[in-house]
Amino acid sequence: MVFLENFRIALAALRANLMRSILTTLGIIIGVAAVIAVVSIVQGLQYTITQQLQGVGATFMLIQAKTERSFPGMIARQVKLTYEDGRAVEQKVAGVKMLTPAIFGRATLKYKDRKHTPAAIIGVNENWQDVNNHTVEKGRFFSKLDLENRHKVVVIGTKVVDELSLGPDPLGKEIYVNIYPATVIGVMEHKGQSLGLDTDDLAFVPFDSALNLFGRNAGDQVQLRLQADSAEMVEPVKDNITRLLRQRHRLPAAEPDDFQIQTQDEILDTINSILGSITAVVGGVVGIALLVGGIGIMNIMLVSVTERTREIGVRKAVGARRQDVLIQFLIEAVTLSLVGGGIGLLLGYGLGVVTAKLIPNFPPAHVPLWAVVLAFGFSAIVGIFFGIYPAAKASRLDPIDALRYE
Amino acid sequence: MGLIDLKDIHKVYDMGAEKVRALNGVDLTVERGEYVAIMGSSGSGKSTLMNLVGCLDTPSSGSYVLNGVAVQELDDSQLAGIRNKEIGFVFQTFNLLARTDALHNVELPLIYAGLSRADRRDRARKALEKVGLGTRMHHQPNELSGGQRQRVAIARALVNDPSILLADEPTGNLDSATSEEIMALFDELHQAGNTVVLVTHEPDIAEHAWRRVLLKDGKVISDQPTARAGSAATAAAPVS
Ligand SMILES: Nc1ncnc2c1ncn2[C@@H]1O[C@H](COP(=O)(O)OP(=O)(O)O)[C@@H](O)[C@H]1O
Ligand SMILES: [Mg+2]
Repeated sequence: MVFLENFRIALAALRANLMRSILTTLGIIIGVAAVIAVVSIVQGLQYTITQQLQGVGATFMLIQAKTERSFPGMIARQVKLTYEDGRAVEQKVAGVKMLTPAIFGRATLKYKDRKHTPAAIIGVNENWQDVNNHTVEKGRFFSKLDLENRHKVVVIGTKVVDELSLGPDPLGKEIYVNIYPATVIGVMEHKGQSLGLDTDDLAFVPFDSALNLFGRNAGDQVQLRLQADSAEMVEPVKDNITRLLRQRHRLPAAEPDDFQIQTQDEILDTINSILGSITAVVGGVVGIALLVGGIGIMNIMLVSVTERTREIGVRKAVGARRQDVLIQFLIEAVTLSLVGGGIGLLLGYGLGVVTAKLIPNFPPAHVPLWAVVLAFGFSAIVGIFFGIYPAAKASRLDPIDALRYE
Repeated sequence: MGLIDLKDIHKVYDMGAEKVRALNGVDLTVERGEYVAIMGSSGSGKSTLMNLVGCLDTPSSGSYVLNGVAVQELDDSQLAGIRNKEIGFVFQTFNLLARTDALHNVELPLIYAGLSRADRRDRARKALEKVGLGTRMHHQPNELSGGQRQRVAIARALVNDPSILLADEPTGNLDSATSEEIMALFDELHQAGNTVVLVTHEPDIAEHAWRRVLLKDGKVISDQPTARAGSAATAAAPVS
């Protein structure tokens, strides 16, 4: 009851100095807004990435050439990873279920008077669908036969269908990939964003066609994507691939690997650690903002205590005890910082939403409950921590000194 | 034993270079139902004495028993309890909370007494009616005249049914007509059974009381009934 009364007094005091109160809480507003904005973006990213990666399954593996940085004056050795490596892996390593090479490039597609450059043209083999858990919805994906006979075919995403105005029945239509004609034989399922790439804005061509398109050199640095037979096989498969590729690349024992094999877990770990360090950096900034905010609150509460010395004297003269005055000013400080936290929360969320909207191909912002609790919790702690000193100062005032204060 | 029992009270302010003896051995007893005026020239120690009696301040030495309780034995929060329940203090400068309406100002002691909101409202309203401000409950201090402000302060002093009403120059900031109105209110409260102790340096204000205590240099130099007491006031203490 006395508690509620104190809350009422606190709000009245804050309202009496509205502008001052808001300026005071600016540090907290900024701190909380920053943390919520970043958390909402990072969480959105993490959520989507995790969802998508789990889509390809625990047996998914990705092999890439390790692009070495060349120091000034040093010529980096040309690192190669080829489809031949991939074929060797597929044939010689037990536990590899299926594999596809992938080369990425860009080219313009044409259909009649429509032109469109999709996010990527990817040269793959017939296994792409199963390796990436990304399947055709209409028509079919290319087969081994298409690859062997060098059929001029293409499988496109839904966005490409729209951009080229291929209509409701795109199958069988002849389009141009750069200058090469190709027949649309399939349309991929709608999947949305994945790792910053719009999966609906892709076109798949047979691996050899991609080499024609992007030049023979493109075949020296392919990605190899594969599925292992089972989750238990992932580690031994990784070891065996490493041994095989080192042998094929003639790497001496002292030389480090010139390729990199990532499993789904490792990809997730890498992404999470990047996101984690972003969060940590922001956490540091926020810590400083909250510290500044807290000092602002302490400062304004000290001013408030001084300004209201006579009020404190009056309250004591009519029977307020030390703890009554202490709680009154503590509640005032906490209310101040909670109001700041609340404003910061809304601001941060708004910022997150807007940022996510502005960046193309970005997943929507997502504020988890724990971040809200954390924001308010931190604000309250800052309020208590930095409010306790002014409140204690107020509570210890001698009634007669306080009443005589000019 | 009286309601207020002061024995050999000293109050010394240590001002570094010199010591100011604001009270220098005061003995004073006030019985329940008395109406006492404390007089004396400026600086004679009247306010210091009132603040001690009102438990706003503590003496340097001496004993003070209020309503059977030895006040110097009490800790901080017990003193707050005494100020809340036993004492109603009226100040020269009103000391109302700004931007807070009359009703809420009067409720203040009841908040710290732990009363429910409904009870507080009820009692504050009655106290305001008693001092003739039934129609000004929702006015803030800056919307009230000096006399009305002092009435609010008196209602606040009365609201928790204290044993004593203390007033330090309650008419000091008021014109003479308003002063008379306020003193009439004190007379009324005394008649209703309240114990009233007030400080003044104006003789006609003091005439409202039934007993007059004169202070000089921190000592009681005279203590006698006034004409108002109606009793056969004969032997007056020697006044220098
Ligand atoms: N807080 C204080 N510090 C130092 N001296 C004080 C203080 N309060 C009062 N005094 C001194 O004590 C004496 C009595 O003061 P006071 O009780 O206020 O007198 P009165 O109310 O009769 O005018 C004065 O000499 C005054 O200067
Ligand atoms: Mg005085």
